[in-house]
Amino acid sequence: MAGEERIETEVLIIGGGVTGTGIMRDLALRGLASLLIDQRDLCAGASGGNHGLLHSGGRYVSNDLHSAVECRQENLILKQVAPHCIEDTGGLFVAVDGDDPDFASRFPTLCAAAGILCEEVLPAEARRLEPLLSPRLIKAYAVPDATVDPFRLALANVAEAARVQGSLYRPHTEIVSFAITDGEITSVSCRDRLSGARLCIVARQYINATGAWAMAVARLAGCHNVRLSYSKGTLLVSHDRLTARVINRLRPPGDGDILVPGGTVSVLGTTSVRTDNLEGVRPTVAEVDRNVREGQAMLPDLATARYIRAFSRIRPLLQSSGEDDRGATRGFALVDHRQEGLNNFCTITGGKLTTFRLMAEKTCDLVAGRLGNSSPCRTATLPLDDGGACRWTEPGAAAKYWYQANDAEDMVLCECEMVPASAIDEILACAPGLDETMSLEAIALRSRAGKGPCQGSFCGIRIASYLYERGYYRDRTGLYHMRNFFNERFKGMQTVIWGRQAAQMELAEALHCGLLGLDNLEESDSDSGQAPDSGGSR
Amino acid sequence: MSATARDHWCDLAVIGSGIAGFAASIFATNRQIATAQVGNTGAIAYTTGYLDLLGSLYADPNPLVNPWQGLAHLRQEEPHHPLSRLPVELIRQAFNEFTTFVTNAGIGYTPPGDENITALTPVGTGKQTLCLPTTMAAGPLALAARRAAVIVDFKGLKGFSGRQVVANLRHCWPELCSARLTFPGMARGEIYPEVMARALEVAGTRRELADQLRQAAAGAGCVGLPAVLGMHHPDRVHQELEELSGLTIFEIPTMPPSVPGIRLREMFEQLFPQRGLTLIPQQKVDRLSFTDDGPLLELADNYGPVTIRAKAVLLATGRFLSGGLVADRNRISESLLQLPVSQPAERAEWYRQQYTDRRGHPIHRAGIEVDDSCRPVDRNGRVVDPRLFAAGVILAHQDWIRGRCGAGIAIATAFRAVAAAEQLLRR
Repeated sequence: MAGEERIETEVLIIGGGVTGTGIMRDLALRGLASLLIDQRDLCAGASGGNHGLLHSGGRYVSNDLHSAVECRQENLILKQVAPHCIEDTGGLFVAVDGDDPDFASRFPTLCAAAGILCEEVLPAEARRLEPLLSPRLIKAYAVPDATVDPFRLALANVAEAARVQGSLYRPHTEIVSFAITDGEITSVSCRDRLSGARLCIVARQYINATGAWAMAVARLAGCHNVRLSYSKGTLLVSHDRLTARVINRLRPPGDGDILVPGGTVSVLGTTSVRTDNLEGVRPTVAEVDRNVREGQAMLPDLATARYIRAFSRIRPLLQSSGEDDRGATRGFALVDHRQEGLNNFCTITGGKLTTFRLMAEKTCDLVAGRLGNSSPCRTATLPLDDGGACRWTEPGAAAKYWYQANDAEDMVLCECEMVPASAIDEILACAPGLDETMSLEAIALRSRAGKGPCQGSFCGIRIASYLYERGYYRDRTGLYHMRNFFNERFKGMQTVIWGRQAAQMELAEALHCGLLGLDNLEESDSDSGQAPDSGGSR
Repeated sequence: MSATARDHWCDLAVIGSGIAGFAASIFATNRQIATAQVGNTGAIAYTTGYLDLLGSLYADPNPLVNPWQGLAHLRQEEPHHPLSRLPVELIRQAFNEFTTFVTNAGIGYTPPGDENITALTPVGTGKQTLCLPTTMAAGPLALAARRAAVIVDFKGLKGFSGRQVVANLRHCWPELCSARLTFPGMARGEIYPEVMARALEVAGTRRELADQLRQAAAGAGCVGLPAVLGMHHPDRVHQELEELSGLTIFEIPTMPPSVPGIRLREMFEQLFPQRGLTLIPQQKVDRLSFTDDGPLLELADNYGPVTIRAKAVLLATGRFLSGGLVADRNRISESLLQLPVSQPAERAEWYRQQYTDRRGHPIHRAGIEVDDSCRPVDRNGRVVDPRLFAAGVILAHQDWIRGRCGAGIAIATAFRAVAAAEQLLRR
């Protein structure tokens, strides 16, 4: 095609979740440059829509020993190599009156079988540690759960791969077709979802790390042996941080039974509903209420807590014989596609946030081997270095940096999360994947802007105005970006608007629509390729 | 404090201190009704100063040019809308009386005209309004005439960018450009509209700013700037700056809480007590009951309990932001009297999928039901109490956000409610 851009790379990685970015870094540390593409942006799928829980493995001891062991190992590794992305909160498994006491008493034995540290904590002591726990607590065990920021992991992976190997990341790039000759993919044809431009990518190896979309992408390449089922999970973000530790319900996995702190908030989830639909996934009021109802058995205050956001994502589950998605393996699968006659394509899917590094390692072992590269994997020991530009995703950190810098000229643009103008400058200057696609949503993904109680209602306007000031916007594009940003944030708010959020929402809408008239913009223009379907965990 | 000062008697008690509450007090004061007003800070600080009557008809993205004709359409399409239930002449009279009062009180307003004015917003979009402060009036005129103008912003004032206003208006206003100034005496750090407005009450600040504006205008005869031209005497500040600089000057509202709203609030708080009205601002009424002697309002401040005994009471407590309505996980309720609230069947229906959906969200149409005299009614349509009236956006069957009609509903229904209360009181 005339004017079609052509890019050559050693390895093309499709999918910018934690796994795809983990592969990018792992390859770079083995001396292999790659190109990472995503149809939306970093962590737009399940990577950005989960609890942010670094599992101890305790969650899986009763039904998936293999996953439990993997979690235990990866938990230790990540705490060593990426401490800046992790808050080592510890976790509690708690049973309340009415929960199966047998299950509760078997828990330490099950943990021991998986090698997971597990210590009984007397109910009174547990309630001293976590005062909001239910007075009807009957059993509690401490495990080494922690929390992890997937956005910072992904940004740091991309930043390091770019630094050490010149690897590239392109958001908003979707696969149109694979060209296949004699058992080899020779190129992929892509489309830039913002500009509509076509793009041809030629690589020696192609990796499908598209998570829930892996089955669809594999089929595009003519491969039918990736079989997934889809489970929709819905989670809620509370206005306040309710516990210091991760709280798990001590029972077989069910709805609303994990509460994970994240900086200044807590995340409650999740529900699990089988679905066939990957697009347009949004929380429903029924799912939100179900999480609240179930969660309040562990913490009664969850019934009256103020929630600022709900979000839904699709978990890709490796198809198993059983009907119960909770029982399905949470393990991962690496498919080499040799059996289908392809020698330079593989698919990695399933798994979970905690095991992303291991998934990347296994994938890179295969791909590096195919390329005749015998360098060992280094991600289990080499500390993850993000060079600073990724630091703005950390809850509470922006305030600290701003305070330390002590620069009265540096205006705070997002007042809920204390994100200053200098953070926006730094992100614009050096955060990965932002060169061509600057938008409010892209900045929000790379910082805490818009994550506080106002959910971007005010800072969206302030940041847009700052971007006009800096000359990034020169016409009405900024208005459309504002509208799209607010529409996107609203997807996460729609089901939790009661109590003080109802007042917050009324003020926001009076401002955005009543005054600024963003509801009256023509439908128009560059709306395609925008952010995830339900806004994600943040 | 003496015990007597904490127990108030009046003919009409107004609960609420948004535009509806203040409008009610204006109308009552003008009718020599002994009035007491009490209520939270109110959403008035969030207003831009624009007084819109009807800026948009249901789901139509085009700005409404003639609100009076719009009201006729509204009557056809939405007969239960509070504005549909009032005679057009009454609405015009209400706006006239309101703007005359505030103008005489020192905050000049343009009188209601035959058509809407396309006023400017802080991001450079247009907003339909019927009346606006005289300090802002030159902006829409300059826009309509495509007159060469400079939009000025200030270093350290966030959320207002001259470049942004210009970038979004240039397609229809080619001779518009921007300039950034350092506000006199505020060279460093973040600066705030309220502080700037109070600083401009000082003559020296005005002289310095006028010099800067003249230079920034660079030949253009017209300058727009954020709404910071004084707090208590905006017209005087505005006029003097125009004289000193030789320019036509207009204000553009900033992001809320904005100076024009605070001006109105402070003016009312200063003026009403002088006119004999009992004003208890910043307090929330805890309890409203109807005794044989009349309505009884109970509240408490730092010194203890306060009571207000009235002959009639007007509820202008607003919606969720002001606390007149409260939403819990299951339903919407009215906070003071537990009046029945017309509302969607369940929470899942409160909001549509798309935030900026032009049809608006069903939650905004929830509210309390009233009869033609603005008296709340129960589920059977019976008047809850003949001494109880309600006004403002707490009323059902309207979407003031999509309709751009919040001030219109507030002023017009307050006018109707006060007239009905007056009838009762004169009886």
